[in-house]
Amino acid sequence: MFDDTLDLLDRLGIDTSEVRENDRKLLFEQSGIVTMRPSDVPTYVEAGAADIGITGKDVLMEQSEREVYELMDLGYGRCRMVLASVEGEDRAEVALRRLGVVRIATKYPRIAARHFLETGRQAEIVEVKGSVELAPLTGLAEAIVDLTATGTTLRENRLVVREEIAVCTARLIANPVAHRLRATMIDRLMERVSAV
Amino acid sequence: MTQTAPPGAAIAGSMPAMIDRIPSGTRDVLPEEMRELRAMTERVHGVFDRAGYGEVATPALEYEGTFARTDMDDSRPAYRVFDEQGNVLVLRSDMTIPIARLVATRYASSEPPLRFCYFAHAYRGVRPQRGQSREFLQAGVELIGSPGPTGTAEVLGVLCDALDATGLKTYRVGLGDASLYPSLLEALGVDPAPTNVILAELARGDFVAVERQIRELGLEQEQVELLLRVPRTRGGAEVLEGLDGALNDALRGLRDLHALLAPDVAERIIFDLGLVRSIGYYTGAVFGVYDPAYGVPLGGGGRYDELLGSFGRSLPAVGFALNVERLHIALTGEERGRTRRGAR
Repeated sequence: MFDDTLDLLDRLGIDTSEVRENDRKLLFEQSGIVTMRPSDVPTYVEAGAADIGITGKDVLMEQSEREVYELMDLGYGRCRMVLASVEGEDRAEVALRRLGVVRIATKYPRIAARHFLETGRQAEIVEVKGSVELAPLTGLAEAIVDLTATGTTLRENRLVVREEIAVCTARLIANPVAHRLRATMIDRLMERVSAV
Repeated sequence: MTQTAPPGAAIAGSMPAMIDRIPSGTRDVLPEEMRELRAMTERVHGVFDRAGYGEVATPALEYEGTFARTDMDDSRPAYRVFDEQGNVLVLRSDMTIPIARLVATRYASSEPPLRFCYFAHAYRGVRPQRGQSREFLQAGVELIGSPGPTGTAEVLGVLCDALDATGLKTYRVGLGDASLYPSLLEALGVDPAPTNVILAELARGDFVAVERQIRELGLEQEQVELLLRVPRTRGGAEVLEGLDGALNDALRGLRDLHALLAPDVAERIIFDLGLVRSIGYYTGAVFGVYDPAYGVPLGGGGRYDELLGSFGRSLPAVGFALNVERLHIALTGEERGRTRRGAR
């Protein structure tokens, strides 16, 4: 998503060469760009430390309590949020049927919890920070909720998609105060994004 | 100064085994901060007083039923306690409802208009962070029995005078109409069910979902574009001009209001046609206070012409509340910005 975003900024005529050359520097005053991991973008935008930001819909779904405006679906960075378990008989389905509760490993505990709540099933959410594919292979959980773009990592770990929860793309977000006080700047940017 | 210095530094290195905590989202205020807050609220009180708004105090605890008269969404009471008879009491989540109750009970036959102001804490179950406390001090006014646009214009004048008195220089007031978008949807024949979904998404600021919903309504292209454009429209008085049809009718209220505003008030206004306050009792004009020095709104308000009726005395009303802690954060932010610019 980072490279796609830089490509988009290039097409808008914003000079990103400095950002591309530096992988240590984070704040680029010339172009007004700050770089950070996608899950931090809503934090900076909500506090007004950045006026606008670009992050994934997965991040916005997981941090749904953030007071930011979601202005535009940028279309790129397309991924699917899925429920997956080890190939063969679905152990998640077995656990639900025989034990009443399924254990789900995920980096997205709120999305996972909401999905099971909305589908009327009981789940114990196990939050992990790193390679979530490991959890069903070792018996930590029966299934995972994770983001997948091509499905390669899932396949390599003998995992198959059982349900699709959401399709996630890059979103343009804004601080609600900046959305009003810098309306012209933001509107002009959105017009140019729609045009390219 | 020795007695006003925070005591934290003295005990570093010898932390006591147990610390008595305070509830999440609450905090203590020490003398140096308190002195600045007090100076600010006294200047604001001077403005309210000179404008003829009499200060009132009401209990922090109210019966649960008092707050159940209206749909309050995000600002409903979060704290409940029982009294010795088993009644459920709530900690008030705003001051508008207690004042509506007060007017209906204590001023049942008084000649309107009635003008009240308050400096009082309110309590909500928010996610605690800077400027977002579960117990927060509000400074506000309520003007009861003065319909729009005259009453609204008076209150906007008091609002700007109060903000000037705090020392804020760069604040702006966003002004919208809570009835604008619902009446536009109704005029275009949109059913209540999708209307409620769209309004909820708009209140959340999810313009992507609003757009998807509107495109699913099966309206003509021109109507779709109108519905997409209106909530994104914000700017000076020019956004109210040169329109026709249902939108033009819906904007009449804002145009009449704009004509009554003093020039120094009008120049602070940003018309914001997407402004829908998340409090259910607003019926007409709604406002929000913003400052570029701080990323969250400093306060807000609006017309609530039907709320008093639910307490038994039907009167049109309008008011606002400012979050004192946020005013203070914005003020220090503005001062820091000025110092930085001065140093260059």
